[in-house]
Amino acid sequence: MTDSISNSTPDPLQDPLQDPLTDRTKDRTVFANHDQSTWQSSSPSSPQTGFNFAYLDEKTKRMIRRAILKAVAVPGYQVPFASKEMPLPYGWGTGGIQVSASIIGKNDVLKVIDQGSDDTVNAVNIRKFFQKTTGISTTQNTEEATLIQTRHRIPETPLKEDQIMVYQVPVPEPLQRLEPRAQETRKMHALADYGLMHVKLYEDITHFGKITSTYDYPVMVDNRYLSSPSPIPKFDNPKLHQSPALHLFGAGREKRIYAIPPYTDVQSLGFEDYPFELQTWSQPCALCGSKSSFLDEVITNDKGGHMFVCSDSFYCQKNLSGEKENEL
Amino acid sequence: MYVAVKGGEKAIENSYKLLELERRGPAEVLELQVKQIQHQLRLSVAKVMNEGALYDPELAALAIKQASGDLLEACFLIRTFRSSLPRLGYSKPMDTLKMRVKRRISATFKDLPGGQLLGATYDYTQRLLDFSLLDQKLNTDDEGYFENSSSPSDVGDTPSVMDILEQENLLQADTPLPGDPDPKDITREPLHFPTDRPTRLQNLVRSDEGFLLAMAYSTQRGYGHTHPFAAEIKYGFVSLIIEPEELGFPIDIADIEVTECQMINQFAGNKEIAPQFTRGYGLVFGHQERKAMAMSLVDRSLRARELDEPVESPAQMEEFVLSHSDSLESSGFVQHLKLPHYVDFQSELELLRRLRSNHSKEITP
Repeated sequence: MTDSISNSTPDPLQDPLQDPLTDRTKDRTVFANHDQSTWQSSSPSSPQTGFNFAYLDEKTKRMIRRAILKAVAVPGYQVPFASKEMPLPYGWGTGGIQVSASIIGKNDVLKVIDQGSDDTVNAVNIRKFFQKTTGISTTQNTEEATLIQTRHRIPETPLKEDQIMVYQVPVPEPLQRLEPRAQETRKMHALADYGLMHVKLYEDITHFGKITSTYDYPVMVDNRYLSSPSPIPKFDNPKLHQSPALHLFGAGREKRIYAIPPYTDVQSLGFEDYPFELQTWSQPCALCGSKSSFLDEVITNDKGGHMFVCSDSFYCQKNLSGEKENEL
Repeated sequence: MYVAVKGGEKAIENSYKLLELERRGPAEVLELQVKQIQHQLRLSVAKVMNEGALYDPELAALAIKQASGDLLEACFLIRTFRSSLPRLGYSKPMDTLKMRVKRRISATFKDLPGGQLLGATYDYTQRLLDFSLLDQKLNTDDEGYFENSSSPSDVGDTPSVMDILEQENLLQADTPLPGDPDPKDITREPLHFPTDRPTRLQNLVRSDEGFLLAMAYSTQRGYGHTHPFAAEIKYGFVSLIIEPEELGFPIDIADIEVTECQMINQFAGNKEIAPQFTRGYGLVFGHQERKAMAMSLVDRSLRARELDEPVESPAQMEEFVLSHSDSLESSGFVQHLKLPHYVDFQSELELLRRLRSNHSKEITP
């Protein structure tokens, strides 16, 4: 991260955003030019002119980095920040994009996934955005990446100390669906009064015999703040506990940033007699045979036929190509 | 067939190409010029400038063209462009008493100093389709109207209806907040509840017109009634003045078109204050009376807490109104449901199958 920050301070005189009205045509070209370059594991290229490195101006990046530093200092606490309108809609990853844009450096290697896959439309779009505005290298290889922006998954390949995960978060407030008023939930966080959430989980058990949250399953971070892990499946929750990587969560529309620093305790909520439990599948991945990854259901015909395959497309391909990882 | 999930890159490229074809439409139809939109769809332009939060009729017209006339999409384009602009400084407070009015009406006094001026409005037209507009007319004569109305003319102040009432103490004085603090800038600081009135007004002026209209309408149907009267609605040019610190004297940098609405509302009074009229305020770019009026009604209902009125209806609840007013936020989040949710859905499917199998076991032991 230090590297990223020192790398992204261009000369303000060279910064075309300082005077964007001088040439309006320049600004327009960026999203009209759709280069045909492939990205499987793209090398650095020169970024598109007309915008600052990683799109955001340096003052905005500084503002966001301050929020990130505060978030890292108080694990799980939601730090308000002046979220900017981005060229992608709110709800489509603007929080994650702003966090990534503020910390990305010229030597970073970026991986972007959505639903575990590098090739879903929004992941492609976000990766292209950063390629255009930074020219940095991108990869699908989880191990190669220094910065991984994700929506709804944590890669199956274990993360390392020098990696940063950036999550796109739709609803940062885990209590919002129980108490929509921010004035009230802020008080609950201040008092660490999370009875409301425990009652919700208890009611699940009385109605259905089990806790029915399957994704965005609430966690306690560092034994203090109730937090949303973002809508990752609860299958991924244990990967957050004592993770060697830094996890940053950006919610653009709701204007909040929070963090789980490396080696932080992250506990999924549960009760002694009804503990947190993981999803299981009765069959392995139909493609690579993995028994330990999160599986997506793929419908194969209109007669109810279906198969289960890894949601993490890189992991699945890697298994297929025979390079079994040691951890498996 | 898992491979079918791949190929997003190529599909997106093709989608871009199709979009451009659809936007342009059949080649035999003349291409729409940005200038035509700017001058002949001026009310759309005003909406895009308001919700896009940037006063630039040319770029607003460009955004409308680029967005195929989808005004929310156009607002989005403008807002994104705006967020990349540097903040050069703040203007002096705009003096709307010095507005060069093109229209000014009051619904509270039959005649008043400054007079009623109808101007150009659809209000008193019969809403009948004018089929003659189907034919393209070549050069019409504008009688020099536009040259005259855009050149500065030295009209005196239009006395405000509000001042007349204020002199008699019938209307609550419009005093600054204690200590006259600089207003917060909602583009620099996220909303923090409870909010003050300047913050709320900033949010309302950018808010979606349809949402604001519905909120205002709800107050008229009993959900937080405010007994409003339209004291003054006016539209015209106002000078924008900046005073750079290093120069130390004011510079008139632009004339902008705005619509202002002053609403007066009944107030029962309380132990400290005798019954009195109170204000709701609306100010928007361009000619947007509907939005300015809705804004002033919602501004007034959001003052409920400040005026010790019970907060019972949606239009009085600031968190409800201000958190849901922005069309970029609401449109983005509603439409994000189009993004893949395979993983969440898979998790729910698995749970539902398990719950159903437990259910049938319990019924047939």
